[in-house]
Amino acid sequence: MADTLHFSLVSPEREVFSGAVQQVVVPGTEGDFGVLAHHAPLMSTIKPGLLRIFTGEREVRMFINGGFADVTPAGLTILAEDAVDLAQQDAAALEQQLQSAREELAAAGQDAPRRAAAQHALARLTALLAAFRAQ
Amino acid sequence: MPSLKEFRTRIASVKSTQKITKAMQLVAAAKLKRAQEAAEAARPYGERLAAVIANLASAVQGDGAPRLLAGTGKDGVHLIVVITSERGLCGGFNTAIVRLAREQIDALTRAGKTVKILCAGKKGRDQLRRTHGALIVETLDLSGFKVINAAAAALIGDRVQALFAEGAFDVASVVFSRFRSVISQIPTARQLIPAVAPEGVAKPDLQGGVYLYEPSEAAILDSLLPRYVNGQIFSALLENQAGFYGAQMSAMDSATRNAGDLIKKLTLRYNRQRQANITKELIEIISGAEAL
Repeated sequence: MADTLHFSLVSPEREVFSGAVQQVVVPGTEGDFGVLAHHAPLMSTIKPGLLRIFTGEREVRMFINGGFADVTPAGLTILAEDAVDLAQQDAAALEQQLQSAREELAAAGQDAPRRAAAQHALARLTALLAAFRAQ
Repeated sequence: MPSLKEFRTRIASVKSTQKITKAMQLVAAAKLKRAQEAAEAARPYGERLAAVIANLASAVQGDGAPRLLAGTGKDGVHLIVVITSERGLCGGFNTAIVRLAREQIDALTRAGKTVKILCAGKKGRDQLRRTHGALIVETLDLSGFKVINAAAAALIGDRVQALFAEGAFDVASVVFSRFRSVISQIPTARQLIPAVAPEGVAKPDLQGGVYLYEPSEAAILDSLLPRYVNGQIFSALLENQAGFYGAQMSAMDSATRNAGDLIKKLTLRYNRQRQANITKELIEIISGAEAL
């Protein structure tokens, strides 16, 4: 068996994933990249998208909403604003959330903070759905 | 002397108050545990982010440094974010935070600086309004958040950064309560902007390698600093939340004990009064019998 990479995915609220993996494919702002064991030290920003974790036995697909990846000889660390396991999502529910986000945006009208929050939620859901479809 | 009936109603009412405070104490204890867990779970993110920032900040210095890190070059206008709780019944918790905020504000004012206040939490605003009402520029209401999450921190952080981008202030700091233990919460002030890179963070061992930056050091720092500021606010909010429940728990505990003492005292007086009444009646009967 090939060398494994230590990977941890951390969101502001908790540590989402931590453990030894084979490979991780990260949606970098300048293009997706795969990280294997013994990768050169790298820091990269991340765009909202699909994160694929190959643990060796199975593949975990997650949606991460922006953040930052840090590769050191000790392993890969991703700091994400928000991480969602795509296996626990379904398209119909996401569509519905997207619809209600659109309605919220329409309802927000001229209320600036509410409008900004609704736009933020809408952008997040759109990217989440795109990642869900792309997998 | 109050009548026996008055004593009985009084004792019954103190007893029901005691039940309420006891229940509140138990609820606060349960919530404290959850708040502590949340603070614990949030720690890895903050630590990693701080390590990366410290690392990058030393690489990007001078003119190229982002304004969130370098500041505006002045310190004429200060913004103080006062984080308190939305609810009371927690002893001197909010008062202690407000006292520290007042000291800071007065010290800055004496030094000839302009101070602006942003309140997060209703209780702090209520207390500050009396003395420094004119300085409060904004109040953010967090009561809509059932639990303190990253979105709540972003609400404050984004507002602070928007104000900074408008040039509304030069230096921002946050005043909140640090959670040390259930009985001890320490009011603390922490500088937010210009961001202070944490010290004493170990640099990762690259084993002779050199970091590759995508897109560039400055761009990464630019995208990370707002998150760092929000992260600092988030950790302040979580500490504050845990401190609030700790303070509420001990306040309710002493309220329950006070009610217990009061019940004991009232019961004693009630029994004495009852005894006195009986004795009085007996004397009346006996002296009536003797008179015959």
